[in-house]
Amino acid sequence: MDAVIENLPTYWRGFSMTLLLLGVSGISALVLGTIIASMRISPVASLRAFATFYTELVRNTPLTLVLFFCAIVLPYLGSRLDYVTAAMIGLSVYTSPFVAEALRSGINGVPVGQAEAARSVGFGFGQTVGLIVMPQAFRMTIPPLINVFIALTKNTSVAGGFFVFELFAAARELANANGDAVIAILLGAATLYLVITVPLGILAGQLERTWMVHQ
Amino acid sequence: MSGASVLFDAPGPKARRRSLISSIVSGVLILAGLGWIALTLAAPRESGGITLPGYFDPSRWDVFADPEVWERIIFVGVVGTLSAALTASVFAVVLGVILSLLRSSDVAWIRVPTAVVLEFVRGMPVLLMMLFILLVLNTGAFWAVVAALTLYNGALIGEALRAGLASLPRGQREAGLSLGMRPLQSKMLVEFPQAFRQMLPIIVAQLVVLLKDTSLGYIVGYTELLRVNMNQLATFYGNRYLFSFFVVTLVLYLIMNLSLSWFARWLSRRTASRSSGMRLPPDDATQAILVAQATAAAQQSDATGGDPRPSPRS
Repeated sequence: MDAVIENLPTYWRGFSMTLLLLGVSGISALVLGTIIASMRISPVASLRAFATFYTELVRNTPLTLVLFFCAIVLPYLGSRLDYVTAAMIGLSVYTSPFVAEALRSGINGVPVGQAEAARSVGFGFGQTVGLIVMPQAFRMTIPPLINVFIALTKNTSVAGGFFVFELFAAARELANANGDAVIAILLGAATLYLVITVPLGILAGQLERTWMVHQ
Repeated sequence: MSGASVLFDAPGPKARRRSLISSIVSGVLILAGLGWIALTLAAPRESGGITLPGYFDPSRWDVFADPEVWERIIFVGVVGTLSAALTASVFAVVLGVILSLLRSSDVAWIRVPTAVVLEFVRGMPVLLMMLFILLVLNTGAFWAVVAALTLYNGALIGEALRAGLASLPRGQREAGLSLGMRPLQSKMLVEFPQAFRQMLPIIVAQLVVLLKDTSLGYIVGYTELLRVNMNQLATFYGNRYLFSFFVVTLVLYLIMNLSLSWFARWLSRRTASRSSGMRLPPDDATQAILVAQATAAAQQSDATGGDPRPSPRS
Protein backbone atom coordinates (compact mmCIF):
# COMPACT_ATOMS: atom_id res chain seq x y z
CA MET A 1 0.00 0.00 0.00
CA ASP A 2 2.87 2.35 0.84
CA ALA A 3 4.32 1.76 -2.59
CA VAL A 4 1.08 2.99 -4.15
CA ILE A 5 0.89 6.13 -2.01
CA GLU A 6 4.54 6.97 -2.55
CA ASN A 7 4.14 6.69 -6.29
CA LEU A 8 0.91 8.64 -6.63
CA PRO A 9 2.60 11.33 -8.80
CA THR A 10 3.70 8.65 -11.31
CA TYR A 11 0.19 7.22 -11.34
CA TRP A 12 -1.20 10.67 -11.90
CA ARG A 13 1.19 11.30 -14.80
CA GLY A 14 0.08 8.05 -16.40
CA PHE A 15 -3.59 8.60 -15.66
CA SER A 16 -3.63 12.10 -17.14
CA MET A 17 -2.03 10.74 -20.33
CA THR A 18 -4.72 8.03 -20.43
CA LEU A 19 -7.39 10.71 -20.06
CA LEU A 20 -5.75 12.80 -22.79
CA LEU A 21 -5.64 9.81 -25.15
CA LEU A 22 -9.24 9.00 -24.30
CA GLY A 23 -10.43 12.57 -24.88
CA VAL A 24 -8.61 13.32 -28.10
CA SER A 25 -9.09 9.94 -29.77
CA GLY A 26 -12.68 9.76 -28.53
CA ILE A 27 -13.59 13.05 -30.18
CA SER A 28 -11.75 12.36 -33.42
CA ALA A 29 -13.20 8.82 -33.58
CA LEU A 30 -16.64 10.38 -33.15
CA VAL A 31 -16.01 12.76 -36.08
CA LEU A 32 -14.46 10.07 -38.27
CA GLY A 33 -17.17 7.56 -37.34
CA THR A 34 -19.95 10.02 -38.20
CA ILE A 35 -18.39 10.58 -41.62
CA ILE A 36 -18.11 6.83 -42.20
CA ALA A 37 -21.68 6.23 -41.02
CA SER A 38 -23.10 8.90 -43.30
CA MET A 39 -21.08 7.48 -46.20
CA ARG A 40 -22.56 4.09 -45.41
CA ILE A 41 -26.17 5.26 -45.64
CA SER A 42 -25.59 7.74 -48.48
CA PRO A 43 -27.26 7.20 -51.87
CA VAL A 44 -23.89 7.37 -53.65
CA ALA A 45 -22.85 3.77 -54.33
CA SER A 46 -19.08 4.26 -54.46
CA LEU A 47 -19.01 6.03 -51.08
CA ARG A 48 -21.07 3.20 -49.61
CA ALA A 49 -18.69 0.60 -50.96
CA PHE A 50 -15.65 2.47 -49.67
CA ALA A 51 -17.17 2.84 -46.18
CA THR A 52 -18.06 -0.86 -46.05
CA PHE A 53 -14.56 -1.82 -47.11
CA TYR A 54 -13.00 0.50 -44.53
CA THR A 55 -15.22 -0.83 -41.74
CA GLU A 56 -14.46 -4.46 -42.52
CA LEU A 57 -10.75 -3.82 -42.93
CA VAL A 58 -10.24 -1.89 -39.71
CA ARG A 59 -12.59 -3.96 -37.58
CA ASN A 60 -10.78 -7.17 -38.40
CA THR A 61 -7.31 -5.78 -37.78
CA PRO A 62 -5.96 -6.17 -34.23
CA LEU A 63 -5.41 -2.88 -32.42
CA THR A 64 -1.84 -3.91 -31.68
CA LEU A 65 -1.15 -4.10 -35.41
CA VAL A 66 -2.77 -0.69 -36.04
CA LEU A 67 -0.67 0.91 -33.34
CA PHE A 68 2.43 -0.92 -34.56
CA PHE A 69 1.82 0.60 -37.99
CA CYS A 70 1.38 4.12 -36.58
CA ALA A 71 4.28 3.97 -34.14
CA ILE A 72 6.90 1.95 -36.00
CA VAL A 73 6.06 1.46 -39.70
CA LEU A 74 4.91 5.04 -40.38
CA PRO A 75 8.14 6.67 -39.12
CA TYR A 76 10.04 4.24 -41.31
CA LEU A 77 7.92 5.33 -44.28
CA GLY A 78 8.93 8.90 -43.49
CA SER A 79 6.39 10.42 -41.09
CA ARG A 80 7.64 12.66 -38.31
CA LEU A 81 4.94 12.05 -35.71
CA ASP A 82 5.80 11.68 -32.06
CA TYR A 83 4.57 8.56 -30.32
CA VAL A 84 1.65 10.24 -28.53
CA THR A 85 0.22 11.63 -31.77
CA ALA A 86 0.80 8.28 -33.49
CA ALA A 87 -1.10 6.50 -30.71
CA MET A 88 -3.94 9.01 -30.94
CA ILE A 89 -4.23 8.48 -34.69
CA GLY A 90 -4.13 4.72 -34.29
CA LEU A 91 -6.77 4.69 -31.55
CA SER A 92 -9.09 7.03 -33.49
CA VAL A 93 -8.80 4.99 -36.67
CA TYR A 94 -9.39 1.76 -34.78
CA THR A 95 -12.40 3.14 -32.87
CA SER A 96 -14.09 4.94 -35.78
CA PRO A 97 -15.77 1.89 -37.41
CA PHE A 98 -17.25 0.93 -34.04
CA VAL A 99 -18.68 4.44 -33.68
CA ALA A 100 -20.04 4.22 -37.23
CA GLU A 101 -21.70 0.89 -36.51
CA ALA A 102 -23.26 2.23 -33.29
CA LEU A 103 -24.72 5.20 -35.17
CA ARG A 104 -25.94 3.04 -38.03
CA SER A 105 -27.58 0.51 -35.73
CA GLY A 106 -29.35 3.40 -33.98
CA ILE A 107 -30.79 4.65 -37.26
CA ASN A 108 -31.68 1.12 -38.33
CA GLY A 109 -33.40 0.59 -34.98
CA VAL A 110 -36.11 3.14 -35.75
CA PRO A 111 -39.12 1.22 -37.11
CA VAL A 112 -39.84 1.84 -40.81
CA GLY A 113 -43.42 2.75 -39.89
CA GLN A 114 -42.17 5.95 -38.26
CA ALA A 115 -40.62 7.20 -41.50
CA GLU A 116 -43.58 5.98 -43.53
CA ALA A 117 -45.98 7.81 -41.26
CA ALA A 118 -43.93 10.99 -41.53
CA ARG A 119 -43.82 10.69 -45.31
CA SER A 120 -47.52 10.01 -45.56
CA VAL A 121 -48.42 13.20 -43.70
CA GLY A 122 -46.37 15.05 -46.29
CA PHE A 123 -42.97 15.55 -44.62
CA GLY A 124 -40.01 15.91 -46.95
CA PHE A 125 -36.62 14.22 -46.55
CA GLY A 126 -35.20 16.84 -44.19
CA GLN A 127 -38.29 16.93 -42.01
CA THR A 128 -38.58 13.15 -41.84
CA VAL A 129 -34.96 12.69 -40.87
CA GLY A 130 -34.64 15.77 -38.66
CA LEU A 131 -37.92 15.65 -36.77
CA ILE A 132 -38.90 11.98 -36.69
CA VAL A 133 -36.01 9.58 -37.28
CA MET A 134 -33.03 11.34 -35.68
CA PRO A 135 -34.62 12.13 -32.28
CA GLN A 136 -35.54 8.47 -31.91
CA ALA A 137 -32.28 7.19 -33.32
CA PHE A 138 -30.33 9.45 -30.97
CA ARG A 139 -31.43 7.77 -27.78
CA MET A 140 -30.86 4.34 -29.21
CA THR A 141 -27.34 5.45 -30.14
CA ILE A 142 -26.19 6.69 -26.75
CA PRO A 143 -25.84 3.33 -24.89
CA PRO A 144 -23.81 1.67 -27.69
CA LEU A 145 -21.67 4.79 -27.99
CA ILE A 146 -20.95 4.69 -24.26
CA ASN A 147 -19.90 1.08 -24.76
CA VAL A 148 -17.53 2.13 -27.52
CA PHE A 149 -15.95 4.65 -25.17
CA ILE A 150 -15.58 2.04 -22.44
CA ALA A 151 -13.74 -0.16 -24.92
CA LEU A 152 -11.62 2.82 -25.96
CA THR A 153 -10.66 3.47 -22.33
CA LYS A 154 -9.42 -0.08 -22.01
CA ASN A 155 -7.74 0.08 -25.41
CA THR A 156 -5.64 3.10 -24.47
CA SER A 157 -3.59 0.62 -22.42
CA VAL A 158 -2.23 -0.85 -25.66
CA ALA A 159 -0.57 2.50 -26.40
CA GLY A 160 1.51 1.83 -23.28
CA GLY A 161 3.24 -0.93 -25.24
CA PHE A 162 4.23 1.56 -27.94
CA PHE A 163 6.34 4.13 -26.08
CA VAL A 164 3.48 6.24 -24.69
CA PHE A 165 3.71 6.79 -20.96
CA GLU A 166 0.14 6.21 -19.86
CA LEU A 167 -1.43 4.27 -17.01
CA PHE A 168 -0.40 0.80 -18.22
CA ALA A 169 3.17 1.90 -18.88
CA ALA A 170 3.25 3.61 -15.49
CA ALA A 171 2.03 0.43 -13.82
CA ARG A 172 4.64 -1.64 -15.63
CA GLU A 173 7.43 0.72 -14.70
CA LEU A 174 6.34 0.88 -11.04
CA ALA A 175 5.95 -2.89 -10.87
CA ASN A 176 9.50 -3.31 -12.16
CA ALA A 177 10.84 -0.80 -9.66
CA ASN A 178 8.96 -2.19 -6.64
CA GLY A 179 9.35 -5.93 -6.92
CA ASP A 180 7.96 -6.49 -3.43
CA ALA A 181 4.63 -4.71 -3.97
CA VAL A 182 3.64 -5.80 -7.47
CA ILE A 183 0.11 -6.81 -6.50
CA ALA A 184 -0.68 -3.50 -4.81
CA ILE A 185 0.82 -1.50 -7.69
CA LEU A 186 -1.15 -3.32 -10.37
CA LEU A 187 -4.37 -3.22 -8.37
CA GLY A 188 -3.86 0.52 -8.01
CA ALA A 189 -3.71 0.89 -11.79
CA ALA A 190 -6.74 -1.38 -12.20
CA THR A 191 -8.70 0.80 -9.78
CA LEU A 192 -7.98 3.88 -11.87
CA TYR A 193 -9.29 2.12 -14.99
CA LEU A 194 -12.35 0.94 -13.10
CA VAL A 195 -13.02 4.52 -11.94
CA ILE A 196 -13.71 5.35 -15.60
CA THR A 197 -15.25 2.14 -16.92
CA VAL A 198 -17.61 1.00 -14.16
CA PRO A 199 -19.66 4.23 -13.86
CA LEU A 200 -19.91 4.43 -17.64
CA GLY A 201 -21.05 0.80 -17.78
CA ILE A 202 -23.72 1.35 -15.16
CA LEU A 203 -24.91 4.45 -17.01
CA ALA A 204 -25.15 2.56 -20.31
CA GLY A 205 -27.12 -0.27 -18.74
CA GLN A 206 -29.45 2.17 -17.01
CA LEU A 207 -30.14 4.17 -20.17
CA GLU A 208 -30.70 1.07 -22.28
CA ARG A 209 -33.12 -0.30 -19.70
CA THR A 210 -35.13 2.92 -19.37
CA TRP A 211 -35.41 3.49 -23.09
CA MET A 212 -36.10 -0.11 -23.90
CA VAL A 213 -39.16 -0.29 -21.66
CA HIS A 214 -40.59 2.87 -23.19
CA GLN A 215 -40.66 1.44 -26.67
CA MET B 1 -35.30 1.19 -40.54
CA SER B 2 -33.48 -0.47 -43.36
CA GLY B 3 -33.87 0.75 -46.89
CA ALA B 4 -33.60 4.52 -47.13
CA SER B 5 -36.14 4.46 -49.97
CA VAL B 6 -38.84 5.54 -47.53
CA LEU B 7 -37.07 8.76 -46.77
CA PHE B 8 -37.36 10.41 -50.16
CA ASP B 9 -39.42 10.16 -53.34
CA ALA B 10 -38.47 7.62 -55.96
CA PRO B 11 -35.75 9.35 -57.98
CA GLY B 12 -36.65 10.53 -61.46
CA PRO B 13 -34.33 10.35 -64.47
CA LYS B 14 -32.61 13.61 -63.53
CA ALA B 15 -31.95 12.59 -59.93
CA ARG B 16 -30.80 9.17 -61.00
CA ARG B 17 -28.34 10.71 -63.42
CA ARG B 18 -27.09 13.07 -60.73
CA SER B 19 -26.62 10.19 -58.32
CA LEU B 20 -24.75 8.16 -60.94
CA ILE B 21 -22.49 11.09 -61.76
CA SER B 22 -21.66 11.79 -58.12
CA SER B 23 -21.05 8.10 -57.60
CA ILE B 24 -18.58 8.01 -60.46
CA VAL B 25 -16.92 11.26 -59.38
CA SER B 26 -16.42 10.16 -55.79
CA GLY B 27 -15.33 6.72 -56.96
CA VAL B 28 -12.67 8.32 -59.12
CA LEU B 29 -11.62 10.55 -56.23
CA ILE B 30 -11.28 7.57 -53.89
CA LEU B 31 -9.33 5.58 -56.48
CA ALA B 32 -7.12 8.61 -57.15
CA GLY B 33 -6.38 8.87 -53.42
CA LEU B 34 -5.51 5.18 -53.17
CA GLY B 35 -3.48 5.44 -56.36
CA TRP B 36 -1.57 8.41 -54.96
CA ILE B 37 -0.72 6.41 -51.83
CA ALA B 38 0.39 3.45 -53.95
CA LEU B 39 2.52 5.65 -56.22
CA THR B 40 4.14 7.37 -53.26
CA LEU B 41 5.00 3.99 -51.81
CA ALA B 42 6.26 2.70 -55.13
CA ALA B 43 8.48 5.68 -55.89
CA PRO B 44 12.20 5.25 -55.14
CA ARG B 45 13.45 7.55 -52.41
CA GLU B 46 16.65 9.49 -51.76
CA SER B 47 18.10 8.88 -48.34
CA GLY B 48 21.47 10.23 -47.35
CA GLY B 49 22.85 10.14 -50.87
CA ILE B 50 21.70 6.62 -51.75
CA THR B 51 18.53 5.82 -53.65
CA LEU B 52 16.30 3.29 -51.95
CA PRO B 53 13.98 1.22 -54.13
CA GLY B 54 10.20 1.75 -53.88
CA TYR B 55 8.10 -0.43 -51.60
CA PHE B 56 6.76 -2.58 -54.42
CA ASP B 57 10.19 -3.22 -55.84
CA PRO B 58 10.94 -6.96 -56.08
CA SER B 59 14.05 -6.51 -53.95
CA ARG B 60 11.81 -5.68 -51.02
CA TRP B 61 9.73 -8.81 -51.41
CA ASP B 62 12.25 -11.48 -52.36
CA VAL B 63 12.39 -12.88 -48.79
CA PHE B 64 8.99 -14.40 -49.36
CA ALA B 65 10.44 -16.67 -52.03
CA ASP B 66 12.34 -18.39 -49.25
CA PRO B 67 10.31 -21.30 -47.90
CA GLU B 68 12.04 -21.00 -44.54
CA VAL B 69 10.42 -17.62 -43.98
CA TRP B 70 6.98 -19.05 -44.62
CA GLU B 71 7.79 -22.01 -42.43
CA ARG B 72 8.57 -19.68 -39.58
CA ILE B 73 5.52 -17.46 -40.23
CA ILE B 74 3.13 -20.40 -40.38
CA PHE B 75 4.57 -22.86 -37.88
CA VAL B 76 5.72 -20.40 -35.25
CA GLY B 77 3.62 -17.29 -35.83
CA VAL B 78 0.22 -18.48 -36.99
CA VAL B 79 0.40 -21.60 -34.84
CA GLY B 80 1.37 -19.51 -31.80
CA THR B 81 -1.57 -17.20 -32.34
CA LEU B 82 -4.04 -19.97 -33.04
CA SER B 83 -2.94 -22.21 -30.18
CA ALA B 84 -3.30 -19.37 -27.67
CA ALA B 85 -6.67 -18.41 -29.17
CA LEU B 86 -7.95 -21.97 -29.24
CA THR B 87 -6.87 -22.82 -25.69
CA ALA B 88 -8.28 -19.58 -24.38
CA SER B 89 -11.59 -19.95 -26.20
CA VAL B 90 -12.20 -23.46 -24.86
CA PHE B 91 -11.50 -22.30 -21.31
CA ALA B 92 -13.47 -19.08 -21.84
CA VAL B 93 -16.62 -20.90 -22.92
CA VAL B 94 -16.35 -23.29 -19.97
CA LEU B 95 -15.74 -20.41 -17.57
CA GLY B 96 -18.61 -18.48 -19.13
CA VAL B 97 -21.01 -21.38 -18.57
CA ILE B 98 -19.95 -21.70 -14.93
CA LEU B 99 -20.13 -17.95 -14.31
CA SER B 100 -23.57 -17.65 -15.90
CA LEU B 101 -24.90 -20.38 -13.63
CA LEU B 102 -23.32 -18.81 -10.53
CA ARG B 103 -24.55 -15.37 -11.57
CA SER B 104 -28.14 -16.51 -11.97
CA SER B 105 -28.11 -18.57 -8.79
CA ASP B 106 -30.98 -18.16 -6.34
CA VAL B 107 -28.59 -17.86 -3.41
CA ALA B 108 -27.57 -14.24 -2.88
CA TRP B 109 -24.27 -15.33 -1.30
CA ILE B 110 -23.20 -16.79 -4.61
CA ARG B 111 -24.88 -14.35 -6.96
CA VAL B 112 -23.65 -11.05 -5.55
CA PRO B 113 -19.90 -11.84 -5.25
CA THR B 114 -19.97 -13.29 -8.77
CA ALA B 115 -21.56 -10.09 -10.06
CA VAL B 116 -18.87 -7.98 -8.39
CA VAL B 117 -16.06 -10.14 -9.79
CA LEU B 118 -17.60 -10.02 -13.27
CA GLU B 119 -17.90 -6.25 -13.14
CA PHE B 120 -14.28 -5.99 -11.98
CA VAL B 121 -12.94 -8.21 -14.74
CA ARG B 122 -15.00 -6.55 -17.47
CA GLY B 123 -13.85 -3.08 -16.52
CA MET B 124 -10.15 -3.83 -16.65
CA PRO B 125 -7.90 -3.80 -19.73
CA VAL B 126 -6.89 -7.31 -20.83
CA LEU B 127 -3.33 -6.12 -21.14
CA LEU B 128 -3.17 -5.17 -17.46
CA MET B 129 -4.57 -8.59 -16.59
CA MET B 130 -1.85 -10.26 -18.68
CA LEU B 131 0.82 -8.24 -16.91
CA PHE B 132 -0.70 -9.09 -13.54
CA ILE B 133 -0.72 -12.82 -14.23
CA LEU B 134 2.74 -12.69 -15.75
CA LEU B 135 4.32 -10.85 -12.83
CA VAL B 136 2.33 -12.14 -9.87
CA LEU B 137 1.71 -15.75 -10.77
CA ASN B 138 4.90 -16.07 -12.81
CA THR B 139 3.33 -18.40 -15.34
CA GLY B 140 5.29 -17.67 -18.47
CA ALA B 141 4.01 -15.69 -21.42
CA PHE B 142 1.77 -18.32 -23.02
CA TRP B 143 -0.26 -19.00 -19.91
CA ALA B 144 -0.41 -15.33 -19.01
CA VAL B 145 -1.97 -14.58 -22.41
CA VAL B 146 -4.31 -17.56 -22.23
CA ALA B 147 -5.39 -16.93 -18.63
CA ALA B 148 -6.07 -13.23 -19.15
CA LEU B 149 -8.04 -13.85 -22.34
CA THR B 150 -9.96 -16.65 -20.63
CA LEU B 151 -10.89 -14.49 -17.65
CA TYR B 152 -11.95 -11.48 -19.69
CA ASN B 153 -13.86 -13.29 -22.41
CA GLY B 154 -15.25 -15.82 -19.95
CA ALA B 155 -16.76 -12.93 -17.99
CA LEU B 156 -18.34 -11.50 -21.15
CA ILE B 157 -19.65 -14.87 -22.32
CA GLY B 158 -21.00 -15.50 -18.82
CA GLU B 159 -22.84 -12.21 -18.89
CA ALA B 160 -24.26 -13.01 -22.34
CA LEU B 161 -25.47 -16.43 -21.24
CA ARG B 162 -27.01 -14.99 -18.10
CA ALA B 163 -28.90 -12.43 -20.17
CA GLY B 164 -30.01 -15.27 -22.43
CA LEU B 165 -31.25 -17.23 -19.42
CA ALA B 166 -33.11 -14.22 -18.07
CA SER B 167 -34.77 -13.40 -21.37
CA LEU B 168 -36.31 -16.86 -21.78
CA PRO B 169 -40.08 -17.00 -21.38
CA ARG B 170 -40.72 -17.76 -17.71
CA GLY B 171 -43.16 -20.48 -18.72
CA GLN B 172 -40.15 -22.65 -19.56
CA ARG B 173 -38.96 -22.68 -15.98
CA GLU B 174 -42.48 -23.03 -14.60
CA ALA B 175 -43.15 -25.99 -16.87
CA GLY B 176 -39.91 -27.62 -15.74
CA LEU B 177 -40.73 -27.09 -12.07
CA SER B 178 -44.30 -28.29 -12.43
CA LEU B 179 -43.01 -31.52 -13.96
CA GLY B 180 -41.30 -32.10 -10.64
CA MET B 181 -37.79 -31.09 -11.67
CA ARG B 182 -35.59 -29.50 -9.07
CA PRO B 183 -34.59 -25.88 -9.83
CA LEU B 184 -31.07 -26.90 -10.87
CA GLN B 185 -32.41 -29.68 -13.07
CA SER B 186 -34.79 -27.33 -14.80
CA LYS B 187 -32.00 -24.85 -15.31
CA MET B 188 -29.58 -27.38 -16.74
CA LEU B 189 -31.98 -29.46 -18.82
CA VAL B 190 -34.60 -26.95 -19.95
CA GLU B 191 -33.40 -23.38 -19.75
CA PHE B 192 -29.68 -23.54 -20.34
CA PRO B 193 -29.72 -25.34 -23.71
CA GLN B 194 -32.13 -22.74 -25.08
CA ALA B 195 -30.12 -19.82 -23.74
CA PHE B 196 -26.89 -21.25 -25.10
CA ARG B 197 -28.37 -21.67 -28.53
CA GLN B 198 -29.80 -18.19 -28.59
CA MET B 199 -26.50 -16.66 -27.52
CA LEU B 200 -24.28 -18.78 -29.77
CA PRO B 201 -23.72 -16.02 -32.39
CA ILE B 202 -22.68 -13.61 -29.64
CA ILE B 203 -20.28 -16.17 -28.23
CA VAL B 204 -18.67 -16.69 -31.62
CA ALA B 205 -18.47 -12.91 -32.14
CA GLN B 206 -16.71 -12.70 -28.79
CA LEU B 207 -14.28 -15.37 -29.96
CA VAL B 208 -13.35 -13.11 -32.89
CA VAL B 209 -12.45 -10.45 -30.33
CA LEU B 210 -10.43 -13.06 -28.46
CA LEU B 211 -8.53 -14.00 -31.60
CA LYS B 212 -7.70 -10.36 -32.25
CA ASP B 213 -6.64 -9.85 -28.66
CA THR B 214 -4.01 -12.59 -28.80
CA SER B 215 -1.90 -9.96 -30.54
CA LEU B 216 -1.62 -8.22 -27.16
CA GLY B 217 0.76 -11.05 -26.36
CA TYR B 218 3.26 -9.09 -28.43
CA ILE B 219 3.50 -6.53 -25.63
CA VAL B 220 3.98 -9.07 -22.83
CA GLY B 221 6.52 -11.06 -24.84
CA TYR B 222 4.56 -14.02 -26.13
CA THR B 223 5.79 -15.38 -29.47
CA GLU B 224 2.83 -15.06 -31.84
CA LEU B 225 2.24 -13.87 -35.39
CA LEU B 226 2.93 -10.19 -34.76
CA ARG B 227 6.13 -10.85 -32.83
CA VAL B 228 7.46 -13.44 -35.26
CA ASN B 229 6.85 -11.28 -38.32
CA MET B 230 7.46 -7.76 -37.17
CA ASN B 231 10.06 -8.37 -34.54
CA GLN B 232 12.06 -11.50 -35.23
CA LEU B 233 11.91 -11.77 -39.03
CA ALA B 234 11.98 -8.01 -39.70
CA THR B 235 15.02 -7.63 -37.46
CA PHE B 236 16.73 -10.66 -38.94
CA TYR B 237 16.28 -9.69 -42.59
CA GLY B 238 16.70 -5.97 -42.02
CA ASN B 239 14.45 -2.96 -41.94
CA ARG B 240 14.03 -2.73 -45.69
CA TYR B 241 11.55 -5.61 -45.45
CA LEU B 242 9.59 -3.98 -42.59
CA PHE B 243 6.74 -2.76 -44.80
CA SER B 244 6.50 -6.07 -46.68
CA PHE B 245 6.31 -8.00 -43.44
CA PHE B 246 3.64 -5.62 -42.20
CA VAL B 247 1.50 -6.23 -45.30
CA VAL B 248 1.84 -10.01 -44.95
CA THR B 249 0.96 -9.87 -41.24
CA LEU B 250 -2.09 -7.74 -41.96
CA VAL B 251 -3.32 -10.11 -44.67
CA LEU B 252 -2.87 -13.17 -42.44
CA TYR B 253 -4.80 -11.54 -39.58
CA LEU B 254 -7.56 -10.48 -41.99
CA ILE B 255 -7.90 -14.02 -43.35
CA MET B 256 -8.24 -15.49 -39.86
CA ASN B 257 -10.59 -12.86 -38.47
CA LEU B 258 -12.81 -12.44 -41.51
CA SER B 259 -13.47 -16.16 -41.82
CA LEU B 260 -14.43 -16.35 -38.15
CA SER B 261 -16.69 -13.28 -38.36
CA TRP B 262 -18.41 -14.59 -41.46
CA PHE B 263 -19.06 -17.77 -39.54
CA ALA B 264 -20.58 -15.71 -36.70
CA ARG B 265 -22.88 -13.90 -39.13
CA TRP B 266 -23.94 -17.09 -40.84
CA LEU B 267 -24.68 -18.62 -37.44
CA SER B 268 -26.68 -15.58 -36.43
CA ARG B 269 -28.82 -15.75 -39.60
CA ARG B 270 -29.38 -19.44 -39.07
CA THR B 271 -30.38 -19.20 -35.42
CA ALA B 272 -32.52 -16.12 -36.00
CA SER B 273 -34.71 -17.91 -38.49
CA ARG B 274 -35.26 -20.85 -36.14
CA SER B 275 -35.48 -19.61 -32.58
CA SER B 276 -37.53 -16.75 -31.14
CA GLY B 277 -37.80 -13.45 -32.95
CA MET B 278 -35.04 -11.73 -31.01
CA ARG B 279 -32.13 -11.16 -33.33
CA LEU B 280 -29.04 -9.74 -31.76
CA PRO B 281 -26.37 -7.88 -33.65
CA PRO B 282 -23.55 -10.43 -33.90
CA ASP B 283 -20.88 -7.89 -34.80
CA ASP B 284 -20.66 -6.12 -31.52
CA ALA B 285 -20.79 -8.55 -28.65
CA THR B 286 -20.89 -5.96 -25.86
CA GLN B 287 -23.80 -4.14 -27.43
CA ALA B 288 -25.64 -7.41 -28.05
CA ILE B 289 -25.21 -8.31 -24.38
CA LEU B 290 -26.59 -4.91 -23.41
CA VAL B 291 -29.64 -5.42 -25.63
CA ALA B 292 -30.19 -8.90 -24.24
CA GLN B 293 -29.91 -7.64 -20.66
CA ALA B 294 -32.37 -4.85 -21.32
CA THR B 295 -34.77 -7.28 -22.98
CA ALA B 296 -34.50 -9.52 -19.95
CA ALA B 297 -35.11 -6.63 -17.57
CA ALA B 298 -38.04 -5.36 -19.60
CA GLN B 299 -39.53 -8.79 -19.63
CA GLN B 300 -39.21 -9.22 -15.91
CA SER B 301 -40.77 -5.85 -15.24
CA ASP B 302 -43.97 -6.74 -17.07
CA ALA B 303 -44.32 -10.15 -15.53
CA THR B 304 -48.09 -10.03 -15.75
CA GLY B 305 -48.06 -8.97 -19.41
CA GLY B 306 -49.79 -11.10 -21.99
CA ASP B 307 -47.06 -11.84 -24.49
CA PRO B 308 -44.05 -13.40 -22.82
CA ARG B 309 -41.86 -13.40 -25.91
CA PRO B 310 -39.08 -10.86 -26.02
CA SER B 311 -39.96 -7.93 -28.21
CA PRO B 312 -38.12 -8.17 -31.52
CA ARG B 313 -35.66 -5.46 -32.22
CA SER B 314 -32.92 -5.30 -34.73
